[in-house]
Amino acid sequence: MAHILQTSFLPSTSTLRRAPISASKRRSQSLRVKAKIREIFMPALSSTMTEGKIVSWMKSEGDKLSKGESVVVVESDKADMDVESFHEGFLAAIMVEEGGVAPVGSAIALLAETEDEIAEAKAKSQSSSGIGSAQVVKEKPKQKEELEQAVPAVAPTASSTKTVALGSAVHPASEGGKRIVASPYAKKLAKELKVDLGTVVGTGPLGRIVAKDVEAAAAAASVVAAALPASPAIAAPVASGIELGTVVPFTTMQGAVSRNMVQSLSVPTFRVGYTITTNALDALYKKIKSKGVTMTALLAKATALALAQHPVVNSCCRDGNSFTYNSSINIAVAVAIDGGLITPVLQDADKVDIYTLSRKWKELVDKARAKQLQPHEYNTGTFTLSNLGMFGVDRFDAILPPGTGAIMAVGASQPAVVASKDGRIGMKNQMQVNVTADHRVIYGADLASFLQTLAKIIEDPKDLTLGHER
Amino acid sequence: MHSICSQATAVPRSNFAFDSHAPALPISKPINLRFCGLRKEAFGFSGLTHSCSSRVRFTSRGHSKRISASAENNGTPPKSFDYDLIIIGAGVGGHGAALHAVEKGLKTAIIEGDVVGGTCVNRGCVPSKALLAVSGKMRELQSEHHMKALGLQVSAAGYDRQGVADHANNLASKIRSNLTNSMKALGVDILTGFGTVVGPQKVKYGKVGFPDNIVTAKDIIIATGSVPFVPKGIEVDGKTVITSDHALKLESVPDWIAIVGSGYIGLEFSDVYTALGSEVTFIEALDQLMPGFDPEIGKLAQRVLINPRKIDYHTGVFATKITPAKDGKPVTIELIDAKTKEPKDTLEVDAALIATGRAPFTNGLGLENINVETQRGFVPVDERMQVIDANGNLVPHLYCIGDANGKMMLAHAASAQGISVVEQVTGRDHVLNHLSIPAACFTHPEISMVGLTEPQAREKAEKEGFEVSVAKTSFKANTKALAENEGEGLAKLIYRPDNGEILGVHIFGLHAADLIHEASNAIALGTRIQDIKFAVHAHPTLSEVLDELFKSAKVKATASSHVPVSEPVAV
Repeated sequence: MAHILQTSFLPSTSTLRRAPISASKRRSQSLRVKAKIREIFMPALSSTMTEGKIVSWMKSEGDKLSKGESVVVVESDKADMDVESFHEGFLAAIMVEEGGVAPVGSAIALLAETEDEIAEAKAKSQSSSGIGSAQVVKEKPKQKEELEQAVPAVAPTASSTKTVALGSAVHPASEGGKRIVASPYAKKLAKELKVDLGTVVGTGPLGRIVAKDVEAAAAAASVVAAALPASPAIAAPVASGIELGTVVPFTTMQGAVSRNMVQSLSVPTFRVGYTITTNALDALYKKIKSKGVTMTALLAKATALALAQHPVVNSCCRDGNSFTYNSSINIAVAVAIDGGLITPVLQDADKVDIYTLSRKWKELVDKARAKQLQPHEYNTGTFTLSNLGMFGVDRFDAILPPGTGAIMAVGASQPAVVASKDGRIGMKNQMQVNVTADHRVIYGADLASFLQTLAKIIEDPKDLTLGHER
Repeated sequence: MHSICSQATAVPRSNFAFDSHAPALPISKPINLRFCGLRKEAFGFSGLTHSCSSRVRFTSRGHSKRISASAENNGTPPKSFDYDLIIIGAGVGGHGAALHAVEKGLKTAIIEGDVVGGTCVNRGCVPSKALLAVSGKMRELQSEHHMKALGLQVSAAGYDRQGVADHANNLASKIRSNLTNSMKALGVDILTGFGTVVGPQKVKYGKVGFPDNIVTAKDIIIATGSVPFVPKGIEVDGKTVITSDHALKLESVPDWIAIVGSGYIGLEFSDVYTALGSEVTFIEALDQLMPGFDPEIGKLAQRVLINPRKIDYHTGVFATKITPAKDGKPVTIELIDAKTKEPKDTLEVDAALIATGRAPFTNGLGLENINVETQRGFVPVDERMQVIDANGNLVPHLYCIGDANGKMMLAHAASAQGISVVEQVTGRDHVLNHLSIPAACFTHPEISMVGLTEPQAREKAEKEGFEVSVAKTSFKANTKALAENEGEGLAKLIYRPDNGEILGVHIFGLHAADLIHEASNAIALGTRIQDIKFAVHAHPTLSEVLDELFKSAKVKATASSHVPVSEPVAV
């Protein structure tokens, strides 16, 4: 490689002389005084190569380079090759980002001899953007600032999660949780998804952070919002603080929600609705309300019992090739909280008795309000419930949170005039439910029979308290 | 391994050939037939001829044994011998030497204390190839992108650990029985027990708890091989802290395994484990992963074999202490900086594989009886594999081949050294050119190499004052590779532009291990680039990668060229 590249890695002065633009001459004079900033050029890796694509930068801006060290991977018409530095110095500015294409001989980055010259080189990279590179990116420092500004906006959530995270990530041999123990792939993913491992709670062996924890952390915020397309509860507080006529950038959380909403479009979903009579359920609720049982817990319990009979509705499709049958039935229930949404999860809702479930639910809601939910308490749901009935909504449609198989939108239970089969007319309390499901794994007949089971359970709710009466 | 496997499987067939030719046998004496095409038959015949002659010699063996036993003086070499050649260790090296010895008409015995086949067949190359075959197929099936590009649709791929483990184990036992049968069929005596040199041309062997037998031979080859090297501070429990010996049994597929050492063994296991769903952390003492490979190949390999996979790494660190998992605690690994020796990090993983190289297995060989001192366990030898004693003198009739001498720790190198020794003891001087011995790492894609790396070549060139050039070709330009959708790869030729000598060839890409032999044969036979570039390669084949490589080299016009075929041959 050396013999090909030696020519491509010239001090900037000599190449600038080649440029026929008068403006660059002026620069070259000023440079000759210092001549410590060199340009890194797109090398000619083969005789037929006219342009090259930057596969990846192996160094970042500000990194120190020693002679012979690989800086960038370039894809030519024939092969991917490492480009090595022939000088010592600091990678001052990257002028063609990863994925960008540049003609052979054009500058793709700047190399400063000393750390002090990095800023100067950066300035130069911006001013010389027109010279020969095809796609020059010079906004890097500015983007960083924006990111930093964005961080404080979500700080309340982030910091509270962090404290919780550290406390629970205690690893037998990790010196009381001082060190982060994450698997190699988890680390890679965290870097890709820009997740701070310090805020992630590990669910792997011995509390280690594994890939799915990172994925969950990245998706957590959006899963929440996905459950409800619009929530009146959050509209109010937001409205008070809104300054009209301004454009407010998304917070990190909202950005993630936005991404996931778009991502949900790649899942082929369909909807099946059902009307369920709730007189018996209402009666039961009235009876055991005093024991601290909530309607949410009853609905979650009923759903879980129905899911136990229809495991496919509790499954999901992770890779587009297979069913992932979840071993436990964890019902996520969407809750509107200040500034957003969260889906606390009632784990093993089919097995836990209704009283414990109700207590658990209260605890989760309290934690959610205090923003103290731990990730496993809001991102392990296998089926989501979204209930807007309390706002008088009689029917709505939910977007399927990525990574799960189905979500059920529950409307208000309202008295209705119903004609019975024997020709009589009567009053019954009815509620409409509407399930959105991933048709790759869950088919129409699956949902239909699931809803039939659910209706049967709700209309004859003795199973909900069965065996747990105390 | 290829040569060994083909020999091993060839033997039963040659026996079959012998049956049909049986009546003609007494007349022909084909031991020294050297026609390539008849090599198989030569094996079969020589086996039979040999068994005849051994029957004749049998009495004399008993006789000589009595003499040596009665003499009871280990210091004096016996006057006549039980065998022409005794080989201690029936690994690939010993096997290769034994087969060649029989071909040369030597009465041969091989002593094995464990199982025939040694490390390679039982705990090395062979079972690992079975696991790597599985990992290669898993990788293909899991690569949705790759499958889609070929227009294939495959539902989710899964595997059964025990099934994979059985495949590796079955392959090892099959090759082992092939090896055993090939030696038995040729009339090699397989003596069971640990062999010890008790004096010049004298070896004792025996199982524990049984009386030792003493046998004599005109020449002795030590081929005792090696065992996994475990640095001190590392506690191997065989379950969570393991060596390649345990890993090849595939008793578990841990979620997270640390591999200490990123050489061939570590790299191959990382390929297996990641294909089966593990995540891997490499621990490498040197500053770069994959030391020992040509740096450019290493970099490319890292980009393909490490970076996109579920692998991370710590370089420039020593694992000073590794404690197996117990009482609900994970495997803990303490790392220190290789240079400053400061504690650097502690890792907690599900398992650790120690792949820090191999140590010679030479304890108890009785080398002290003949005044030979091992060096870090290795038996010192000269270029003809003859053992050197503590005073620097050659020990007559004693040779050491393979991992035990440490010259080049590869199965086929051991075999080649064994054949070289047999050539010498049968009167033909032979020095093996180790620079012509290829090496391969069976990752996906594979890495192979022969000769010098670029830095080695440049160093040599500076010392000896010649010029070095490098030529490269890419698999992306090869039709067959593109048809397979496996265009990732590079072939690199290091050569002398003044005379066209090939100094080294390094290949990273599809079937690299099979492609290297054109280059290694050229180096072994001294073929120059200006000659080999006229050789014709079938189109479209992967071998055209090398064809293009040779053609792209720029040898100076003044370099002389052989004219191997002076007259055109009409077909």
